[in-house]
Amino acid sequence: MPNLLLKNATLPNGQIADIAIAGDKIVAVAAGLQSDSAGTDATVVDCTGLVALPGFVDLHTHLREPGFEQSETILTGSQSAAAGGFTAVHAMANTMPVQDTAGVVEQVRSLGMAAGYVDVVPVGAVTVGLEGKQLAELGAMADSLAKVRVFSDDGKCVHDPVLMRRALEYVKAFRGVIAQHAQEPRLTEGAQMNEGIVSAELGLTGWPAVAEESIIARDVLLAEHVGSRIHICHLSTAGSVEIVRWAKSRGIQVTAEVTPHHLLLTDELARTYDAVYKVNPPLRTQADVLALRAALVDGTIDIIATDHAPHPIEAKDCEWPAAAFGMLGLEIAANVAQQVLIDSGESNWQRLAEVLSHAPAKIGSLTEQGQEIAAGSFANLVLIDPKQSRVVKDSHSKSENNPYKGLTLPGAVVHTIYRGYQTVANGVLAVKGRN
Amino acid sequence: MSQLKHLLSAADLSKSSAIEILDVAEEMAGVNSRDIKKLPTLRGKTVVNLFFEDSTRTRISFELAEKRLSADVINFSAKGSSVSKGESLKDTAQTLEAMGADAVVIRHHASGAANVLAHSGWINGSIINAGDGTHEHPTQALLDAFTIRRRIYGSESKGKDLSGLKIAIVGDVLHSRVARSNLILLNTLGAQVHLIAPPTLFPAAVDAWPATIRFDLDTAINEVDLDAVMMLRVQGERMNASYFPSEREYSRIWGMNADRLARLKPSALLMHPGPMNRGLEITAAAADSKNSTVLEQVANGVSVRMAVLYQLLSGERTNIDA
Repeated sequence: MPNLLLKNATLPNGQIADIAIAGDKIVAVAAGLQSDSAGTDATVVDCTGLVALPGFVDLHTHLREPGFEQSETILTGSQSAAAGGFTAVHAMANTMPVQDTAGVVEQVRSLGMAAGYVDVVPVGAVTVGLEGKQLAELGAMADSLAKVRVFSDDGKCVHDPVLMRRALEYVKAFRGVIAQHAQEPRLTEGAQMNEGIVSAELGLTGWPAVAEESIIARDVLLAEHVGSRIHICHLSTAGSVEIVRWAKSRGIQVTAEVTPHHLLLTDELARTYDAVYKVNPPLRTQADVLALRAALVDGTIDIIATDHAPHPIEAKDCEWPAAAFGMLGLEIAANVAQQVLIDSGESNWQRLAEVLSHAPAKIGSLTEQGQEIAAGSFANLVLIDPKQSRVVKDSHSKSENNPYKGLTLPGAVVHTIYRGYQTVANGVLAVKGRN
Repeated sequence: MSQLKHLLSAADLSKSSAIEILDVAEEMAGVNSRDIKKLPTLRGKTVVNLFFEDSTRTRISFELAEKRLSADVINFSAKGSSVSKGESLKDTAQTLEAMGADAVVIRHHASGAANVLAHSGWINGSIINAGDGTHEHPTQALLDAFTIRRRIYGSESKGKDLSGLKIAIVGDVLHSRVARSNLILLNTLGAQVHLIAPPTLFPAAVDAWPATIRFDLDTAINEVDLDAVMMLRVQGERMNASYFPSEREYSRIWGMNADRLARLKPSALLMHPGPMNRGLEITAAAADSKNSTVLEQVANGVSVRMAVLYQLLSGERTNIDA
């Protein structure tokens, strides 16, 4: 693994600097560094015109292994993540077997280390088998080699209020956080898409905004009552934004994520009956999209998380109600973030670094990710060319449920550096991982 | 002649193409009253009736229409459709394509199934939507429009639209593909639509629909000079999902009975797509009254479906044989 000297990169604050990397650490950041700052045999990378950001951290990724390797493996998902500029992903717990014991989370972690493209950080299930009945061994997962700090039944809502209360309280013992998939189950039985004008016309069962908002309202109040922190997964409605804003104003320890697709796509796409647009929570209206973007800019929403959800072709190549929920997201998150925060003129690169790196690392209690670009930090970096744009084509994921295919999105990941190793160089994914 | 390839939604029909189908259906009705009820129009064409959901009425109506046009008819009844339950829609469609189906009449429990079939590339033939989930049932809307036009204009029907007519659709609008298709086609043909149901049986955002939304049948009957009232089938299981408290209460407030019928004008049509729940959305006295068009609708269904098949399958084809 050669040392690296990144020349003339643009830092998030707009300053131009060289970044010297030796081993897995950044050793110097300054303008006009000596050519031997990273050692005499360092590879020099010209980063003129490229924006250097801390490596992205996804708090919400479905890697599907173990159990659903026909959709994705920890290796292919890690490769897709690296191609998207990520250096860490949180692997959601809805695998088979479920990540609800120390053994399974340690296996996921070790498969991630073997792949060597990103830190694979397992998320632990809140309840045994995601069944919402009995707490999983949260403490054992926290104490394991995987050091689990984020717990979620994602895909399912922890809807029992007593269980949710207990989970929120219990994880305080090891400074964990519950990431809630907010979906009132009775209000969404058989739900297929956002409930509104389009669902009424299409005759598809509606997924009403209130089913998300009522759970978020309940859970921020529970978090306040027991003095715990709570994270809201894939917040999707304007009403949810209002509730989170209110909760933050009260000092409740709540954080919230939004997905790239909820920032860009709307329920109008369901008119095609093309199941590539079927996702949970569903694509909402343009008014919701605008509210989510504003909330991301003003800090009500803390992070972008992909909810990357690969599925095999047969799970999407069918009639809408028979299709699986979910879409890919790892390789377009940076592009969508650039469009919404930078090209819109609404925000800046420091905010983009915050929502895709610093804040998700902090929520996940990761100390070696999401650090400032400074000497002493781990060398997790992504270099973006904001002036390129690309038509989205195939991805590195094993699956093809990619709703962005054919869209032109701004920006391109040119280099990804994971613990000092170039997983992506000049836009090309490394053949091998770091090890 | 307008060249439709598929009939997936009532929205596929412009006013002129809808009237054209209704006019062709008048010709077909003439054929259906002859001794020899047969035309050679679709000789050599293969039409598949692909039914993923039981519907004997709709299937035999299509089958009769196809046979009267001399098509080769195959009935394919497929239960279950998801990948987890055996053969997928895709496999079925590709099988039919390999066998050379010129048209597929599809009834499916999933909304949008006909659209998926038409746009998937799995099959090249014409697709006719014979009811997809709670989405649409366009041939039902055409036969209803045909029935209204015939009752009102009789032998002067040809070329007429439904402008100025006031039509009520009463019942489970939320789950009704008949209501959705009728709403679209009646608007296309210039009628004024009143939707009447308990608030629980309207979809969200129904205010955006081109109709007057009402919760009370009696007020509608008293205030509007209705030309036709369409009663929708209400499934008893809705009661268990708390859409309404009891069949008795539903029947009392939203059912058609002799008293309400008597307050309609004498010429008003009382329509029902069948099968009826006598005693729930309609009483026997109302169902068997002279206003009732239930059996006319059945007869007209054959003529209208012949017209649709004729329009889609006969004559020049732009996408086939190329």
